[in-house]
Amino acid sequence: MIYLQLFWVYLKIGLLGFGGGYAMLSMIQFEVVEKHGWMTLSEFADVVALSQMTPGPISINCATYVGYQVGGIFGSLLASMAIVLPSLVLLYFVLRFLFKNKDNFIVKTTLKNLKPFIAGLIFAAALLMMNSANFPDVGLGENNISIIICAATFICVFFFKVNPMLLIAIAGVTGIIFF
Amino acid sequence: MKICWQLFVTFLNIGAFTLGGGYAMLDMIERAVVKRRRWIEHDEFWESIAVVQSLPGVFAVNCALYVGYRIGGTKGAVAASLGAMLPSIIIMLLIAMFFTDYKDNPTVEKIFRGIRPCVVALILSPAVKMCISAKVNWKTAIFPIGTALLIWWFKISPAYIIIFAIVVCLCHSLYIFKNIPNS
Repeated sequence: MIYLQLFWVYLKIGLLGFGGGYAMLSMIQFEVVEKHGWMTLSEFADVVALSQMTPGPISINCATYVGYQVGGIFGSLLASMAIVLPSLVLLYFVLRFLFKNKDNFIVKTTLKNLKPFIAGLIFAAALLMMNSANFPDVGLGENNISIIICAATFICVFFFKVNPMLLIAIAGVTGIIFF
Repeated sequence: MKICWQLFVTFLNIGAFTLGGGYAMLDMIERAVVKRRRWIEHDEFWESIAVVQSLPGVFAVNCALYVGYRIGGTKGAVAASLGAMLPSIIIMLLIAMFFTDYKDNPTVEKIFRGIRPCVVALILSPAVKMCISAKVNWKTAIFPIGTALLIWWFKISPAYIIIFAIVVCLCHSLYIFKNIPNS
C-alpha cells in the first residue's frame, strides 16, 4: 500500500513537473510533507541542501531520499523510476508530434504564459519553508542569525551569482560558530 | 548492444560528475554527444533540446532519454537514462542510509541549522529570476502571487494549480491563434 502511494505520488510529480527542479520541489514538498507527512519541513530543507551538494538532478536525489525513508531501498528505486516514467512515455508522442511542429505557435505561447504560475509555485516552496523550525531565532531580542543567513545568501546568489555549493558550505560554518 | 553500452557509460559519467542540476549537465551532454562522439549534429541538438526543455519531468533525464532514443531507439533511451540517474540514486541512497545516524550529533545539527535558511534563499532566487524572465509586471504579478498564496495559505495542491494553469494558458493561446490573420 505504501509502495503504491509512493509510486503514485512520484508519477504525478513526474507528469506535472513543468519548469525544472525548483518548480518540482514545490510539488514534492506538498505531497511528501503536507499531505503524507513522510518528513518534516526541516528534514526537507536538509535533503534539498544535500542534493545541492551531490551530483545529479535535485528531484531524483529527493525522490531517492524520500523513497528510502518511506520504503527502504526498494522504495527509493520505485520513487526514482516513477518520476521519470511519464517522460519516457511522453517522449514517444513528442518525437512523433512536437519535433515536426517545432515552431508550433500554440505550444510556444502556452509554455511562455505558464512561467508566472511556475514562479508562484517556487515562491510557495520557499514560503512554506519559512517556518519556526527553520528560522527558530526570529524576533525582537533574539539574534536573528537565520534571517541574516537567508538575506545574505539571497544577495550573493541573486546579484553576484555565487556558486550555491560554496554558500551552503559558508552557511554550515556560520551555523557551527553562532548556534 | 555496443551503442547502448556507450550511451550508458557516457551518461553515467555525466551523471556522476556534474554538480548543480540540469542546466550544468547540458553543457557536459553537448560536449560528449555533439563534439566528442559526434552522434548528433550541433544544430539538431540545440533545436531538439529546446523542445525537450518544454517537457515536464527531470530535465537532465529527459535529455538523456532524447539522445538515447535518437541514437539507439527504445533500448538506447533506457540505457542513457539509467546511466544519468544511477550515480545520484547510489549517492543519495548512501546518504539516506547513514545520514540518520549523524542527524542528532550536535555539530551536524548546528551545521544544518545554518544551512536551512540558506536553502530558502536558494529557492527564492530562481523564483524571482523566473518572474523577471517572464516579464511579470504589476498587473500580471497576480499570477505568481496568487499561485503562491493558494498553495502556501490555502493548502491547494500544486498539481491542481498546474493543470488549471495549463488549461487556461492553452485556451488563451488558441484564442490568440484564431484571431491572427492567416499568415
